[in-house]
Amino acid sequence: MATVSEPPQGGFQLSQLIYDTRYRSMTIQIVTLIAVLSLIFWLGANVASNLAALGKPIDFGFLGEPANYDINQMLIKYTSQDTHARAAFVGLLNTLLVAFLGCILATVVGVVVGVLRLSSNWLIARVMTIYVETFRNVPVLLWIVLAMAILIEALPQPRDFRGDDPAASMFLDSVALTNRGIYMPEPLFSRSLGEFSFFGIFDISNDLLVLLAVLAAGIFAAKQIGKRADRIQNATGERPKTWYMSLGVIAVPLIVVLVLLGFHLGYPELKGFNFQGGIYMRNSFIALWLALSLYTAAFIAEIVRGGIMAISKGQSEAAAALGLRPSRTMRLVILPQALRVIIPPLISQYLNLTKNSSLAIGVGYMDLTGTLMGTSLNLSGRELECVMLTMLIYLAISLCISGVFNIYNQRVKLKER
Amino acid sequence: MTKKVFWGALAVAGVAAGFASADTLDDVKARGELICGTSTGLAGFSAPDANGRYEGFDVAYCRALAAAIFGDPDAVEFKPLTTTNRFSALSAGEIDILSRNTTWTLTRDVDLKTTFVGVNYYDGQGFMVPKELGVSSARELDGATVCIQKGTTTELNLSDFFRKNNISYEPVPIETNAEAQQQYLAGACDVYTTDASGLAATRASFENPGDHIILPEIVSKEPLGPLVRHGDDHWADIARWTLNALITAEELGVTSANIEELSASTENPEIARLLGTEGNLGEMLGLSADWAKNAIMAEGNYGEIFEKNIGESTPIGLARGLNAQWTEGGLMYSPPFR
Repeated sequence: MATVSEPPQGGFQLSQLIYDTRYRSMTIQIVTLIAVLSLIFWLGANVASNLAALGKPIDFGFLGEPANYDINQMLIKYTSQDTHARAAFVGLLNTLLVAFLGCILATVVGVVVGVLRLSSNWLIARVMTIYVETFRNVPVLLWIVLAMAILIEALPQPRDFRGDDPAASMFLDSVALTNRGIYMPEPLFSRSLGEFSFFGIFDISNDLLVLLAVLAAGIFAAKQIGKRADRIQNATGERPKTWYMSLGVIAVPLIVVLVLLGFHLGYPELKGFNFQGGIYMRNSFIALWLALSLYTAAFIAEIVRGGIMAISKGQSEAAAALGLRPSRTMRLVILPQALRVIIPPLISQYLNLTKNSSLAIGVGYMDLTGTLMGTSLNLSGRELECVMLTMLIYLAISLCISGVFNIYNQRVKLKER
Repeated sequence: MTKKVFWGALAVAGVAAGFASADTLDDVKARGELICGTSTGLAGFSAPDANGRYEGFDVAYCRALAAAIFGDPDAVEFKPLTTTNRFSALSAGEIDILSRNTTWTLTRDVDLKTTFVGVNYYDGQGFMVPKELGVSSARELDGATVCIQKGTTTELNLSDFFRKNNISYEPVPIETNAEAQQQYLAGACDVYTTDASGLAATRASFENPGDHIILPEIVSKEPLGPLVRHGDDHWADIARWTLNALITAEELGVTSANIEELSASTENPEIARLLGTEGNLGEMLGLSADWAKNAIMAEGNYGEIFEKNIGESTPIGLARGLNAQWTEGGLMYSPPFR
């Protein structure tokens, strides 16, 4: 009875598409693809025809029309006569500002908390555990609203600073903490170099550009000094002292330029209803920034702790056996290896923070959701266009962040030779 | 076979879901209740009372409309909406009508594809400040921090007013009236600006209303009224004439107290047509003959609704002013019922 069945002879039959395992998976994939594409097409066509029936075909023309509303926090010049597109750009910059500062603060707090949670000090380790568990287990929107409520209710009003015996006074006569935000001294230049217009879209202070250029040159020079020290050390075994030279090449030119530009501080002053002058950090910004940072820092702390714990104890023991000091062990042995574990989840935390910044709507911070997807949408009635555009912008921001950090990840990951 | 039926049913369901029905009245009748968009809470205009029942000037209109359609003023569901999501909710069909102190403007009527069915309150934008600031005119507000509801006409008027007077201000955008109240009372903003009626309503809910003044300047025209989606004239007619019925009832002296008596024995032909004992106005609208009678019985005529919710005997204490009948020197004027 043991006969070997012959493979079927003859040409290709249509039924093979279903019954022949060589073709079946292909058939299923193609059918599924067609089904998904037609569903998407059907939804798209339906949206287009329904909008057309409503008399609102998709149209981005509103972006060129005057916005007619004011925005309180603007990093570039904007008036209510500017277009919706520019209002959206102002909002985008506000989003980027809070996301950027949030990522920095979250990283600093997260790393410190993550390391301290591993501390052998019982109290510190437990306090950090409580911090992590409270912050990451409550929705971030509640933290934002809570922070805002505390700022509004706990801090004094500007008018409390008035009078001969005021109920509140400025910190060191230069910083005013009010329930509308914090007013700080601002850097001013009496011999300013003016502003550089970037294609008429926004202006950058020339003073800032010059300072950054001098700082970059100083850091480059300091690096060269360090390299020279390395060469001497390799040749002679003795490392010359370089810290005063490095400090000098960075600090001295910077101070000279500051003096040449006539650097001085402008202090906030109570005039009329509010403080005038100085840098004004609005309470909506502070609430959003702090809440987002502290919330995300709780996650980063866990990532950092996990990264450090992933490095086997043998590594630090081997480093100690070679005579490395604990600080160098951390810097040269543990951290480079831990970073490989830390970086990928850290990227997604940065992305989370950036996307969570859209919760600004809860405290009236005029970010992208407050401008383009808030007031502009409402005034123009272009719901679909505004939402799509906002999604596209957030997508672009997120892809940029993950792109940059993926490059960094490539650099720190294990080199296989 | 069962599979085929399943996919077929799914496809049909999908197609049916994809097309918005053109006749709102049919949809409302099929659903058995009206869905009415209101504000998230503004005393006197739309706010839940102690028993959780929505009450107020804007709410009363929706109850009248529900009564005109179903004969039952409670056949209505209220959806609280913020200033920023109200128009999206209307155009997406989440609500049948928006009765939420919304200003009638050309852009909203034309570009946002809505249809305003009339004006139920002639208003204007005002400013409220704490008395202790010592401000007596809006022109003295240079440099002030102003709380403002996002996506409103008041936001645009504010920008225009300060630009016109060449003075500066710091806007604090907020989402709801409650939020504005919190920020204003904490002193996080010096000024709260919105429609004067809204200011009066907000002030009435303060612990010490006397500590706050509403500045004399009225900087804009804010005709507030209910609105529906563009494109369904039949539905817009029903909404418009329900509002007109309430206004006409006041003009003709028809109140919730005497309406039964009048509908049984009126000599006045206009009242008879309004209450459906004569003519076929209800039939023309696709409603029952006593539609207007039901609407008026729901919460009373326009004047009764005004007095009960926001009038001088209430804590909000608004005078009729522009909102008096045209016969009394106001602007309330309904086209005739014939």
